[in-house]
Amino acid sequence: MTSNAPLKRTALYQDHIVHHAKMVPFGGWDMPLQYSGILDEHAHTRAAVTIFDISHMGEFIIHGDPVKSGLDRIVTQTLTDLPVKSCRYGAMLNEDGGVLDDLIVFRMQEDKWFLVVNAATTAKDADHIRTHLRSAEDFEDVSAQIGKVDIQGPHSRDVMQQFVGDIGRLDYYTFDFFPLLGENVLISRTGYTGELGYEIFYPWDKTTYLWNALLEAREVKPAGLGARDLLRLEVGYSLYGHELSEDVSALECGLSRFIDFEKEFIGKDSLMKKQEHPLSGHIIGLVSTSRRSPRAGHRIYTAAGKVVGTVTSGAYSPQLKKGIGLARVEGVELHKDDLIRFGSEKQQEEAAVSSKIFYRNGSVKS
Amino acid sequence: MEIEDHLLYTKEHEWVNIDGDEATVGISDYAQESLGDITFVELPAAGDDVEQFGELASVESVKAASDIFSPMSGQILEVNEDLNDDPGIINKSPYEKGWIVRLSLSDIEEKNNLMTAEEYERFLESTG
Repeated sequence: MTSNAPLKRTALYQDHIVHHAKMVPFGGWDMPLQYSGILDEHAHTRAAVTIFDISHMGEFIIHGDPVKSGLDRIVTQTLTDLPVKSCRYGAMLNEDGGVLDDLIVFRMQEDKWFLVVNAATTAKDADHIRTHLRSAEDFEDVSAQIGKVDIQGPHSRDVMQQFVGDIGRLDYYTFDFFPLLGENVLISRTGYTGELGYEIFYPWDKTTYLWNALLEAREVKPAGLGARDLLRLEVGYSLYGHELSEDVSALECGLSRFIDFEKEFIGKDSLMKKQEHPLSGHIIGLVSTSRRSPRAGHRIYTAAGKVVGTVTSGAYSPQLKKGIGLARVEGVELHKDDLIRFGSEKQQEEAAVSSKIFYRNGSVKS
Repeated sequence: MEIEDHLLYTKEHEWVNIDGDEATVGISDYAQESLGDITFVELPAAGDDVEQFGELASVESVKAASDIFSPMSGQILEVNEDLNDDPGIINKSPYEKGWIVRLSLSDIEEKNNLMTAEEYERFLESTG
């Protein structure tokens, strides 16, 4: 996203400044990268509980039967059998099967749907959905009215219970409306860290009350986008603009298991023509065998020196104490523990092919 | 942001503390702050020759990798081995415990190509 437009601010901008956040541009927004430090915030999320300002993400409401309205054709995940008050992860594709965005769909009522999309793509997504819905009147963009605070970590339920007595009844990937500090709000048991956690959708102009009330609870610390990116990479979650892109088909982005091929959806015809085979593009995990970390943009080389792909995300994993990364490779059949190299023509480091899930001991389903 | 008065600085945010024909080199508080948590430092070997503004070492942080350039030409006398076990020392103490190498200088006049603390402060302000 290159644009000269001024960066947008969430309702918590002043709170971030007060907490000495280092602010960075992200998807058109001025967002906190870190407060105490990425490693500290990462460790606190894995061991205790942190909160994240995720108000930049977009939220849409769509009314009507999903098949009749056209929503079912717009997203890849199955909607018709989704129980009310449950949510499901999937994507929106273009006609070529490229990924316009990844998103979570919430079934609020039998005929009322809530979509949570990425910040940088919110406007593009809204246009795409309006264009493909049978009636644009079924669509509402509520992004400007909804702030979002994620609370994540093994102790997040204990903290939430101080505010919402019966939060314990939410199972993974379900949600409900709860009274919280005088507002009736949607809370989902979802997240992007691999830890137990909740996403709280709160009235935009009141988010600061929620943020500061949560910070007063014992153990709660703020965490920024730096820690969030590291946490999601350790559990192998995709990031739009890295693993996911409009120019790469959903199959080559690693989204196969979030696509319902039993139904009709935009991009399906293109995907059907691209039969998956071992040599087609796909995402692999890699773990560095040196002390250097793979970085987005590094090339992937076979042991014989042939370029076979590109690193899409890479970082130092404090949990593994090694460099980890995700990479898209093509034209090569790689297996777990195969040795490859990452870097540039000038300098390369060795890595072993691994599962895309680098860290498996998170509290996400506890 | 701390800037130590008695040091000289480069535009790449390295510092050098000159003591006769020897010097200690590190990166500034601004540099460590910009890099974020440092996770690995690749050090040169004692005995290596380095040139002024040539590659000296490289650091990896959680976020990114970047090169460190030598403020002066010379030969490496000693490297800070403590950085192998705890590279985060640079974040905690960039001007003291987080020093990177000690150099035997080959041309003391090269110091004229560096900034004083006052000049470095203005340089930081001008680059925003």
